[in-house]
Amino acid sequence: MKVRILSVVGGLFLLTVCSKGEKGNAAAAPAAPAAPTAAPTSDVSSAGGTITGKVKFTGTAPRLATIDMSEEAACKAKYPTPPKEETVVAGPGNALADVFVYVSAGLPAGATYPTPATPVVIDQNGCRYHPHVLGLMVGQKLEIKNSDPLLHNIKAVAKKNRPFNVSQPTAGMTRDVTFTAPEVMVHLECNVHGWMHSFAGVRPDPFFAVSGPDGSFTIKDLPPGTYTIEAWHEKFGTQTATVTIAGTESKTANITFAAK
Amino acid sequence: MVGQSDGRTVGRIIAAAVFLSVGPTVRPSDAQDTTAGKIVYQKWCAGCHGDNGAGDGVGAKHMIPPPRDFTGAIYQIRTTASGQIPTDADLMRSIDEGLHGTAMPGWKTRLSDRERRDVLAYIKSFSSFFADTTQHPEVLQFGKEPSGGTSKEALQVGRQFYDSIGCRKCHGDQGRGDGPSAPTLKDDAGHPIFAADLHENWRFNGGPTTTDIYERLRTGLDGTPMPSFSDLLDQKFLTETELWRVAEYVHSLSPSEPPVVRDVIHAPLVTHALPRSPDDSAWNAVDTYWFPLVGQVIHKSRWFAPAVTGVWVKAVHTADSIALRVVWDDRSQSPDPDWLAHVGRVLAAVQSDDSTPEQPALWPDQLAVQFPVAIPTGMERPYFLMGSATGPVYQWRWVSSSRDAAVAGLARGIERFDPLPQSGVAAQAAYDHGEWRVVFTRALASPDTASQLPFRSGRAIPVAFFAWDGSNGEHGTRMAVSTWYFLALDEPVPARVFISPVLAMVLTLGLGLVVVWRAQQKTSYRRQQ
Repeated sequence: MKVRILSVVGGLFLLTVCSKGEKGNAAAAPAAPAAPTAAPTSDVSSAGGTITGKVKFTGTAPRLATIDMSEEAACKAKYPTPPKEETVVAGPGNALADVFVYVSAGLPAGATYPTPATPVVIDQNGCRYHPHVLGLMVGQKLEIKNSDPLLHNIKAVAKKNRPFNVSQPTAGMTRDVTFTAPEVMVHLECNVHGWMHSFAGVRPDPFFAVSGPDGSFTIKDLPPGTYTIEAWHEKFGTQTATVTIAGTESKTANITFAAK
Repeated sequence: MVGQSDGRTVGRIIAAAVFLSVGPTVRPSDAQDTTAGKIVYQKWCAGCHGDNGAGDGVGAKHMIPPPRDFTGAIYQIRTTASGQIPTDADLMRSIDEGLHGTAMPGWKTRLSDRERRDVLAYIKSFSSFFADTTQHPEVLQFGKEPSGGTSKEALQVGRQFYDSIGCRKCHGDQGRGDGPSAPTLKDDAGHPIFAADLHENWRFNGGPTTTDIYERLRTGLDGTPMPSFSDLLDQKFLTETELWRVAEYVHSLSPSEPPVVRDVIHAPLVTHALPRSPDDSAWNAVDTYWFPLVGQVIHKSRWFAPAVTGVWVKAVHTADSIALRVVWDDRSQSPDPDWLAHVGRVLAAVQSDDSTPEQPALWPDQLAVQFPVAIPTGMERPYFLMGSATGPVYQWRWVSSSRDAAVAGLARGIERFDPLPQSGVAAQAAYDHGEWRVVFTRALASPDTASQLPFRSGRAIPVAFFAWDGSNGEHGTRMAVSTWYFLALDEPVPARVFISPVLAMVLTLGLGLVVVWRAQQKTSYRRQQ
């Protein structure tokens, strides 16, 4: 009799402990969101449509501050005239360079695209990032290298990706990083040289471009469809445009920012 | 007589009672409960870190550095590589020990083991990164500190790499956080941030030991400008021993023990000339006293983020004069235009309790040394925060914009300072790699005993200190303050203090001998009889 009561009590006790334990563990490590089911890799045919365009701005370009590199003789020596900041890189006829243009909507839901095997390279040279704005795909390697014989730190400020902060105190150092989530933009900066900023657009698809010195950009191989393209600029914000592509045609989408 | 069915009933009741009473409290020792954690969090953490963990609690606007924003899962103190999330042990360490040099206290003695585990789990729930199964935090292999780290040669190696890997860019040539990049530093959220003053390891966020420093060099302090230096090892630009030497060199810059407050500054009497220069070699032989300074948070406008956290004080006197040397770390020689943007960031980050927020300006550095108007006879002292309208205090004030001068005057409360004519106080100052050294001198006697304290030996003279770092937005009531301490003008001990006991001993011994001799004389006399 007594044995039975004790065993009942003991059993309930154990049950309690076990169930609480499981609950506790579940709370500590919430179940991971279900991995997205892999959609079939879409055909990125080289015979798709193309969007080209020019990015311009209206108004007056802001005066760019001259960078004082006197603390870094090795960098200063690389410039015949004192370099200026790169927040607004304007070309002839108010062309705007360093604008990240990408397809923000209109691609088939769930489509996935192969990650390029070639890395995107960003070089620290003359205490500046080259390029100043770049795009890459999720999972694609970004090779960060230092061509300056001095300390740079590379700090990534990001929300959807893990931020990091690594140092390259000498020339010849490299580091490969990849980003795990789309994010426009991941901000790269050097804290030793407060003027050094670079911006990386991380996309899940290959349909992006950065405007060149003449403001022009080209997004190739788009399947037929109606797309929203978004243009991002460091200082002037964002602009959008809608483009419909049918077959292998080439459409023009010019983008105009207002200087502020 | 209890029947079988009754027995079963009793069994059920007991079981239910056990379930109800024991059930909710018994858990495996490592279980974490975010529901319980939330209760702990809301009671103890939300005031600074905010209800939603975004680092935006009511206290946040008074702090530099601001409280951690948990939503990004970016943590300074980790054992994992830069960019990785921290381990639970990393988080528990920060909860247990707090972050030195910040407003974050340690909770090990304030909360129970379970409360801390639960709150840790709740804090993790603010960021999706902890729930992301693709995140695999891995503890770095730090190895052991190699031997011989404190030798002169090892420290030279450490210094060499301190220079070559660029530590000095932010931390400065002598490590006081005054490097050329220091004025531009911001954290991830754009808040102003100081490069650590490497002479104050008791304020290092991640701990003071050589191992702590080495680990921070390897992991970096994520969210801050301090990067990880692990790639140097992985790419064979530096050996582990060489990086340990950097940590050992950094460790060697601070005192071997954190400074301890001793209440009374002893000013010895010197026979040589009064050392009026801050770098007079006579100061080397004089004992140093350290006093902590804290933000002035009593009077509007309050100041919660003072840059000067302590002063090192020495004092000597001659037969007719006194010299007091105050030394403190200050990253800038204000006013310095390079720091103007930093001032703007400070003013933007710290909430002002003035109705109109201030515009950033180039304020100078300042120091005030405060005494009572007369040496108090009892325990009563004037109000420490610059006296009051009816109870003024006597102050020496030094301003960096006219560095080799000082003004004496009477403060009647925090906002009123009346300079005195013919004050007779002089000052000489030197600024050297992030350190101010100021010597005040004055005659002991005073022509105006009503308002200018005459210094006398044999009495404890109350003294207090105030400091302003102009490049941290400090001026007026926005300053660092100390409480009252004491200054004592020591007199050489008179020779009689040493001679008297010896004389007394000799006399006692002599008398004793006489008594013994007399007693022996008597004994032998009796025997003869």
